[in-house]
Amino acid sequence: MAFDPSCAGRTYPPSAPYEVGREKIREFATAIGDHSPACRDPAAARRLGHPDVIAPPTFPAVLTFAAGRVAIQDPEVGLDYSRVVHGEQRFVASRPVHAGDVLVGVTSIETARQVAGNDLLTTRCDVSTVDGEHVVTAYSTLVARAIAGS
Amino acid sequence: MSAPRHADVEIGDRLPELALPLHRDDLVRYAGASGDFNPIHWNERFAREVGLPDVIAHGMLTMAGAARVVTDWTGDPGTVVEYGVRFTRPVVVPDPGGAVLVVTGEVTGKRDDGTVVVTLTATSAGEKVLAQARAVVRLT
Repeated sequence: MAFDPSCAGRTYPPSAPYEVGREKIREFATAIGDHSPACRDPAAARRLGHPDVIAPPTFPAVLTFAAGRVAIQDPEVGLDYSRVVHGEQRFVASRPVHAGDVLVGVTSIETARQVAGNDLLTTRCDVSTVDGEHVVTAYSTLVARAIAGS
Repeated sequence: MSAPRHADVEIGDRLPELALPLHRDDLVRYAGASGDFNPIHWNERFAREVGLPDVIAHGMLTMAGAARVVTDWTGDPGTVVEYGVRFTRPVVVPDPGGAVLVVTGEVTGKRDDGTVVVTLTATSAGEKVLAQARAVVRLT
């Protein structure tokens, strides 16, 4: 299995729909120590203008991490996951994710490069509602570290 | 604390600093909530086998914790419209003891579209663990 930089531009089929629940948002907010009422109490979220409880800004990773496996595990991409560390992450949101959203992620390979023996794979996951409204795009760079001594 | 208003915020304003303790149970909780069960985040033996000094925190947990400096400031997690980081160093979480993530934020940009740019720093054990950590924040 060898890393193939020519895989850049490849796009994968949409992920299965992910239904965002209030309790999942609460669980995630608790796990990151975010005690915002807007993540827990629908009335508090509505007072801030949101339709329901909203997810913290990095919550989309729950969905995009799973959706991105199609690229990371694509044998033609050839990323050696045992050597992978997370290099960069970025979210660009059209609006916050809220409870009740049913989301699909479309993963594509933005860039694939080899730098100083490291394999760098940047994926992009466009997250939209099943009705086609864009919610957030996540960019993720994974680095398969060079094998020592090679 | 009332939400900061775009008109009142100035470049150079500093956000209240946060010190976030991280212990092994926090990593396990994040693994469960996020679905990222990579054993480097909970299994010391495995972490050492792949060349790490010890169990390390999920990069995404560090990123999420750092964002709290911004969302605690605005009082609304929905105000973050863009957020990106580079992971420069792992946050090592020994047991016992754990780690402390120290996060600071400063307003480094103010735009006409009602947003400001906040640049974050995050350190653990005196070392920077994030670089180019920036959030674009919509204020009223």
